[in-house]
Amino acid sequence: MISDHAWLIPALPAASALVIMLFGRRMARAGAEVGIAAIGVAFVLAVLVAVEVFTANVSAVAEVEAADTEEHALAGEQVASTGSLALTEAGEGEETAIPDGVEAFVNERAVTLTPLGDGFDIEAGIRVDGLAAMMFLLVTFVSLMVQVYSTGYMHGDPRITYFFTLLSVFTFSMLFLVIGNNLFMVLVGWELVGVCSYLLIGFWWEERDNSNAAIKAFLTTKLGDVGLMVGVVTMWAMFGTFNIGEIITAVREGVQAGGAPLDSGLLTFALIALFIGAIGKSAQFPLHTWLPDAMAGPTPVSALIHAATMVTAGVFLVARLYPVFQASQAALNVIAIIGAITLFMAGLLALVQDDVKRVLAYSTVSQLGYMVAALAFSYTAGIFHLFTHGFFKALLFLGSGSLIHAVHSNNMSDMGGLKKSMPWTFWTFLIGSLALAAIPPLAGFWSKDEVLAGALTAGGYTGNVVLILGGLGGMITAFYMTRVLYLVFAGEYRGAGHPHESPGSMKWPLVALAVPAVLIGFANLPFEQFHPTGFAAWTMFSLEYFEGHPAEFVLWLALGSTAAAVLGFVAGRALYRVAPAAERDPVLRLGLVTRVLENRYYLDHLYMGVIVRPLRDRLAVLAYWFNDRVIDRFVYLVGVGTQRIGQATYTYADQRGIDGAVNGIGVSANWSGGLLKFAQSGNVQFYAGAMFVGVFVFAVLFAAA
Amino acid sequence: MWQDVAITITVFLPLLGAGIITLVPKSREEAAKPIALVVSIVGFALALGILAGYDWDARGLQYTVDVPWINAIGARYHVGIDGISMPLFTLSYLLTFLCSVYAFHHIEEPGKPKAFLALMLLLQTGMAGTFIAFDLILFFVFWELVLVPMYFMIGVWGGPRREYAAVKFFLYTLFGSVFMLVAFLALYFTSEPNTFDMLALAQQGEAGVFTATFQRLAFLGIFLGFAIKVPMWPFHTWLPDAHTEAPTIGSVLLAGILLKMGTYGFVRIALPILPEGAMAFAPVIAVLAVIAIIYGALCCLAQTDLKRLIAFSSVGHMGFVMLGIATLTPVGINAAIFGMVAHGVITGMLFFVVGSVKDRYHTRAIADIGGGLFQTMPRMGAIFTFVAIASLGLPGLAGFPGEFAALLAAFQPAAGLVEAGHLTLYRVLMVLGAVGTVLTAGYFLWMMQRVNMGVAPQRWKDAGLADVSVIEWGTWLPLLLMTFFLGVLPGLVWGITTADVDALYSVFGG
Amino acid sequence: MQAAFPLVFAALLFCVGVFGVLSRRNAVLVLMSVELMLAAVTINLVTFGLLAADRGDVVLTGQIFALFVLAIGAAEVGVGLAIILLLYRNRATVNIDDADLMKY
Repeated sequence: MISDHAWLIPALPAASALVIMLFGRRMARAGAEVGIAAIGVAFVLAVLVAVEVFTANVSAVAEVEAADTEEHALAGEQVASTGSLALTEAGEGEETAIPDGVEAFVNERAVTLTPLGDGFDIEAGIRVDGLAAMMFLLVTFVSLMVQVYSTGYMHGDPRITYFFTLLSVFTFSMLFLVIGNNLFMVLVGWELVGVCSYLLIGFWWEERDNSNAAIKAFLTTKLGDVGLMVGVVTMWAMFGTFNIGEIITAVREGVQAGGAPLDSGLLTFALIALFIGAIGKSAQFPLHTWLPDAMAGPTPVSALIHAATMVTAGVFLVARLYPVFQASQAALNVIAIIGAITLFMAGLLALVQDDVKRVLAYSTVSQLGYMVAALAFSYTAGIFHLFTHGFFKALLFLGSGSLIHAVHSNNMSDMGGLKKSMPWTFWTFLIGSLALAAIPPLAGFWSKDEVLAGALTAGGYTGNVVLILGGLGGMITAFYMTRVLYLVFAGEYRGAGHPHESPGSMKWPLVALAVPAVLIGFANLPFEQFHPTGFAAWTMFSLEYFEGHPAEFVLWLALGSTAAAVLGFVAGRALYRVAPAAERDPVLRLGLVTRVLENRYYLDHLYMGVIVRPLRDRLAVLAYWFNDRVIDRFVYLVGVGTQRIGQATYTYADQRGIDGAVNGIGVSANWSGGLLKFAQSGNVQFYAGAMFVGVFVFAVLFAAA
Repeated sequence: MWQDVAITITVFLPLLGAGIITLVPKSREEAAKPIALVVSIVGFALALGILAGYDWDARGLQYTVDVPWINAIGARYHVGIDGISMPLFTLSYLLTFLCSVYAFHHIEEPGKPKAFLALMLLLQTGMAGTFIAFDLILFFVFWELVLVPMYFMIGVWGGPRREYAAVKFFLYTLFGSVFMLVAFLALYFTSEPNTFDMLALAQQGEAGVFTATFQRLAFLGIFLGFAIKVPMWPFHTWLPDAHTEAPTIGSVLLAGILLKMGTYGFVRIALPILPEGAMAFAPVIAVLAVIAIIYGALCCLAQTDLKRLIAFSSVGHMGFVMLGIATLTPVGINAAIFGMVAHGVITGMLFFVVGSVKDRYHTRAIADIGGGLFQTMPRMGAIFTFVAIASLGLPGLAGFPGEFAALLAAFQPAAGLVEAGHLTLYRVLMVLGAVGTVLTAGYFLWMMQRVNMGVAPQRWKDAGLADVSVIEWGTWLPLLLMTFFLGVLPGLVWGITTADVDALYSVFGG
Repeated sequence: MQAAFPLVFAALLFCVGVFGVLSRRNAVLVLMSVELMLAAVTINLVTFGLLAADRGDVVLTGQIFALFVLAIGAAEVGVGLAIILLLYRNRATVNIDDADLMKY
């Protein structure tokens, strides 16, 4: 089975990263050829794996259907023989029985990486299933396109080798995150993509703004990672394993490690903690503020990392653990609300941007909101939107890169009238915009419809919130994309120089991405007859889930959301058909609303003013002051105090007391010696006389004794 | 035969080398460098030989020698090595070897390679001896032995405030050691039969020979000795001064090995011998450890001196190590040992880089460097970035597994601690520790922004600063590779330690 | 009682020597007085040697010892006169009151 060798998919970019890093400088194309070749092979492998996995899943579904039909037939026979009573039981609402041995495709294999102590091990392994296969396709394809595109976009940059090394490292990390069979590997991949993102946002580190944006991106997502880490650790504490499959089984059976019953409160805590990680990485409210700033990076990076792949990691994580999330309605509700807030609020922010990349960035945040909100109700809807969005948003970003390449400015106020000079870019950008705005029959329509249908089916409070905000969001999306289209392509050119179409290396990836942007939606037509062979079947994580969520197409909803999009289009066209001067842009003349939006709801001010600056400039200084003036001062004072005591001991006790006594002995010896010296006259006769006197005295004394 | 003498030869070889170096005539001082290099290479080779000859199936204590030493006080020459000692023992030889290579590149004013290298080798004997001594008095002798050479290294070859720093280092550490020695003596006189042998004491500790009150008091004494060496908050203030003023090689060895002697002491002596004392103090240690993590990171944010910043980062990293120890679980202890090795490699490397940067810029002030290291010395900048990212705990590099496992263990501390009602405390501490990783990332990224990124001031561009030299590559490459491979394959350490940690810490299990 | 005469004689002779040593200022005379004291001791030795022979001493210890003392006395005079000669050469006097170099 080719999926046994799926580990090659991340291994190839890893190897190419190493080769480019070591030898890239000496290559004709600065290492780009190695990266492209590796990712190309990885893409082919991904296709093969996807074919295998999807086929297996579809045939599993077919098997279930066949068994079901058989049962129905059996039931029908019974009805015929025993009368009409059984007829109602065999009706539509009945659960489809899953025959034994038939299950969704999972190919999991692992080796022990290290013991952890206490009998626990950390393993390194792969888990290839429908979700992973889908992500392989998306990541390798977009990465391939972006790398081809970059050979044109980054041409002549002095650090191009470094750039391609990082692209390969990033692709490896993302695939590593996707392929991992345990949460530890997910965590590793998660952080690795984060650091690649950091390095690539700050790729042009000479500018302070760029490195600021890079730091902001890293730290904001890292703040979310605290949640992820807590979540992973909690999972480990609960289930005694990092293995995703084992966790899912344990949750399904309702047991924790050691056989205790499942602590649903702790599980909800763990899941929300994990989701906080997703909030950071997938730029959900309130940690979304880093993504627009991340546009400081080169545009291909924005397309790859900050639109198609890395930012979807949060969505992927929730999808990966979807059976676990299903066990906690509270966690799903949080997800729905966060997603709904994000999709709406980010859509509004996209309205007032002048920087074309920032429009797209906020649009990405908004679409990520759709995906997250969708996951609260429907696994398939969430990841399908992830899939389609990856293609058309990468297309839009690369298109914007083509524009920026031509006019040397990010600002739409410097563009205009580019339709004539850049026809390829225009047409592909238009396709991407229509797909994003969910105009049928393009990809975005089918996936967004699936999201809204999921919310509608679920109903309830969260379902309605998502449905309403999602519908309004669709209108806003259409409006701001129309604004972009008119400001960029219609009217007169307002910038400097003479823009011209980008080179082939940039043009053809746009075309290649436009194809899935148009067609990919048909993978998941929401009709009964396509359902068992469509996207939902390909990527299902279990047959029970698949059978429990049949396809449904709500005509009025589809019509309604299309109408909303068209309304947005019409409004946009009415306001921007004649491109207004920058200061007369209608969205910038809404007074308070504009001001709030232009200041991004003051969230950045809040974070900088309330968290970052006080922490960095006040609390850190205070802590250091405390360290220097209190703790170290104490140590110092103990030292100095000891020194003082020593001084006193020395001066009074030692020098005057003890040493005084010692010196006194010396002095008295000296003094007595001064007197006795006169006995030493040097006169031998005196000595001899004294001796005789002495002998005489002793003799007398002896005699007396 | 080899089994009996291996450790003795390996440990005292550097001492012999130091003796040989002192014989080098003053007129030919440079000859000390090759001698030190040869001695440290042979030492490292012997250490690797011990590693290779270790019987992994049998595990436990091997290469033991246990003969009477000072009969009057019952001290014995009891040495040996097991999975817990092995990583640090080997690391100490590796770092000394690399330092003796680095000595060819640069020795701070006033030069004098003869004296410097002799001290370095003397230090090596003390460091290695600490990790293989299984008799408290022998341990204490080695423990104190390291003070002298390090004192001179800082005091003679250090920066402007070297005398202050050296004296502070010496006295502060000695202050703690005194309490430790008193506790050792108390253990000797309380044990039945009287012994200084760590293994026998640990057995007695497990068997409950020591009363709870005694355990707490003795633990407090030992705690003071080790906590100052680690150093734990709030006993850390000697560290930034010593690190900032120490010469590069001194900083590397100080961060790489000397700090680990404290944490190793906890793992080897304090916890197994005094389990009840450890149980009583573990929550305190955990709280202090997490304070150190957050506090260290905050202090780093306030630094303007590059070397001092790295020094303060050690406070936070050792906080993670202590957090692991404070959980009293095998996972936590494993995390701690990994953290020690990783910190030794990474922070050692950081001090090398900062030392080399200072050597070229002649300043340690971040503002004076003024950014643009990527422009003036691209390779140095790349290495610096790599190591800083490893230090902030990026998965896939050596800083991560220890940190993560410490947090993992903190979420589920030893059963005894849970029964004592500390579970919530530990879980809160775990979350705070995780927040600490964000702050850690914050100060490292900010540092890199201020040092590496941006446009270099014209005077540095004109200065023609030399990028990484061949000797520096030779010194650093092993550490860089270790940083990478330890991160990718944490089993390189945990495979060695786990069995012995499990055995030693079964006492705290459920 | 036959020993009384030589012993008294020796004592008197010793006293004469002591007097000479203590009272004379001329170094040569002091040396001569020392020789007198030595002679007195020699007489004593011979006397006690005879007394010992009466009690059965066959080896004549006293007499032999007296011969040693005479020899030593001769050597002593030689050395003493040499010192005095040197003193005279250096100081142009043999008055021992002037020879007080060892004074404090």
